Amino acid sequence: MPDREVPERNPAVPKHVPESLEPSASPEPSASPEPSERLDLTEAGEWKGVSPKYVVVEIVGTIVNAVVVCGGASLLWLLLDQTWAMWVGILVLVISIINLVFEPRRVRAIGYLLRGDDLLFRRGILFQRFVAVPYGRMQLIDITRGPVARWLGLADLKFVTAAATAGVSIPGLAEGDAESLRDRLVELAESRRAGL
Amino acid sequence: MSEPVASVPAPLAVPRTDLTDGEWHRLHPATPLLRGGIFMVAIIGFIFANLRERLIDLFIGQENHGGDPIDEIYQRGATGWALLIIAGVLIVILVVFYLSWRTHTFRVNGEIVEVRSGLIFRSNRKARLDRVQGVNLARPLFPRLFGAARLEITVAGQDGNVQLAYLGSKLADDLRRDILHLASGLRQARQPADTPDVLAPTPGDDAAPAPLGDSAAPTIIGPPTAHSALGDFATARYNEFRAPDLDPEAAPPESVVRIPPGRLIGSVVLSGFTVFLLLAAIGLIVSVIAGSSGWVLVAVLPGLIGSVGYYFSRVTKTLRFSIAGTSDGVRIGFGLLSTSSQTLPPGRIHAIEVSQPILWRRFGWWQISINTASQASGRSSTTPTSSIILPVGSLADVAKVLELVLPGFETDTHRALVENGMLGGRRRDAGVADFYSNAPARAVWLRPFSWWRTGWAVSGNVALIRRGVLARDLILVPLARMQGVRISQGPVRRRLRLASADLLTVAGPVTASLRVIDVDEAVVLLKWMSTGAVRSALADTSHQWSRTEATPPTKGATE
Repeated sequence: MPDREVPERNPAVPKHVPESLEPSASPEPSASPEPSERLDLTEAGEWKGVSPKYVVVEIVGTIVNAVVVCGGASLLWLLLDQTWAMWVGILVLVISIINLVFEPRRVRAIGYLLRGDDLLFRRGILFQRFVAVPYGRMQLIDITRGPVARWLGLADLKFVTAAATAGVSIPGLAEGDAESLRDRLVELAESRRAGL
Repeated sequence: MSEPVASVPAPLAVPRTDLTDGEWHRLHPATPLLRGGIFMVAIIGFIFANLRERLIDLFIGQENHGGDPIDEIYQRGATGWALLIIAGVLIVILVVFYLSWRTHTFRVNGEIVEVRSGLIFRSNRKARLDRVQGVNLARPLFPRLFGAARLEITVAGQDGNVQLAYLGSKLADDLRRDILHLASGLRQARQPADTPDVLAPTPGDDAAPAPLGDSAAPTIIGPPTAHSALGDFATARYNEFRAPDLDPEAAPPESVVRIPPGRLIGSVVLSGFTVFLLLAAIGLIVSVIAGSSGWVLVAVLPGLIGSVGYYFSRVTKTLRFSIAGTSDGVRIGFGLLSTSSQTLPPGRIHAIEVSQPILWRRFGWWQISINTASQASGRSSTTPTSSIILPVGSLADVAKVLELVLPGFETDTHRALVENGMLGGRRRDAGVADFYSNAPARAVWLRPFSWWRTGWAVSGNVALIRRGVLARDLILVPLARMQGVRISQGPVRRRLRLASADLLTVAGPVTASLRVIDVDEAVVLLKWMSTGAVRSALADTSHQWSRTEATPPTKGATE
């Protein structure tokens, strides 16, 4: 495992890592064998997705947003005769429609993974993002439910750390799942807690 | 009043003060006066302004002009009433001061520091000693003249500090020491061989613990009573004023970095602010020559004058800077008129940035700033709690400071790594090995100048990020304190097979982000960092105060 594959342009990464830091726990030694443009962590394990019903929450949110903005824009346009408002409204409408088309795929792209010592989270298709947060860094866990989500029996789980940016927020979990996941995470964090 | 504490750890060293006995104590009697220092000055100024003519008359002896409030009162024969009112106001002020002083009490025991204050709106603040992020000892100018100091025990969070304002100067020094010893008590109990001898009380010091019997009446903390005579008092003040803030016996002198005043002034002058100022001045001159009206001058001149004040405050604030390692962490002191000295216990630093603005390159100057969990940023509190732990220093100074703040990061390899991160780059490494894993050449599209310096490395328990070519940056993140890793990729970076990576730390001036990195390497980085974070947190010994086994299940709330 000491000689994992690094692209040959960067021959010196592992030089100064003492034994204690060798990531020997992770099972797979190699990065992706064939060059891929996408950021991918397929070898990390089995990703857990969020509830497919979460698409509805996103769609409702997008529609409400679009209706509010377009309504405001058309008011400006029709009553105050502001032509630029019409263009803004059309732009928002087009973006919202594109969003609606991609919504199911975006929801499918949300995933989380409970690894041995940390929580891995991924999100996004066009703008991808992977976050790994060790369980021991947990400060608190929030569960919130919006009106639509509550109607569908969904909940959002938020894993908060001391860093404002390192929070992981997993939306659209079934309520029972969210609560059991919270209990599991708290339990994991208790056994691995680190000081601040 | 003083509820018994469940488990006070055995005293490790004889405390220097009797304040850490868990009883309630009061602050310096002049506290209300000092806290309202500026306010009092304003009142006195107001009175003087109103009675100015009166005073001039008194000294010069001309006749009255009338219209003076005092004359008015005198002429109406209301002198008695006026005196009565003044006396009444004075008594009310005194009573309020007395009561606010009486109700402002604090206690320190083996586990907590607690402050109660307030007459009508009571407030109570409690900080756990095992969560202490730092202890600051601040001496603003006005209290300093009276030999008083403010002790702040900071814990994590935006406004997370417990203030003991004000204490006698010497007392505050000793109390800081006692608090730090109590906070590190666990460590000392665990590995007694590690504790150096500085804990032993100095002979001749009145270090004997005070009898705890009279718990009914909290002890009053005043200025040292030995200085009864005015001359003694003045001498003591002068000595305190002059003496450097560092405890000479607690700091190994060779690790202290000193900044020559010339370099300090030079560094302040050669800042981005000066460039801005010069541009503004050039613009001004051009506009005047071009024949614009004088209003531009009127609008800009006050700002120019104000900038002189900015330089002055920058210089006085960082003058007499000192940094030293003590047995309880790194101690940073600065300030000429208002002094402040921070103590950062080991393991409280979340990220370190060594940076060099382009104007400093010629002189080889560097600056070091840090992230801590208790950033008192943006608050209008008068404490100059700073995130800058080295305002300006040479390469050797940087090495010394890094040794202090990253214990165990001092082998030759580490030094080479740091130096490489500060000065090196991919292009240079024809003969010399570059220890960093650099961004590929195609990153030139996104980082046309700095791509060859953008790289990362992991060494021991520290992650290093090198970046920036105009303003050089080297960021060091102790993995044990890192909160998480994020790698992300947008459409542009996808086309270039690049990604960006962030090491997430607590908020502060340092952001450990790597904007361009090879895609495959980003995955490697995520793996290494996440594994390293877990491992070094488990093996973390610098965080002596954390209780790994006996932590009560109160998460989050106590932070």
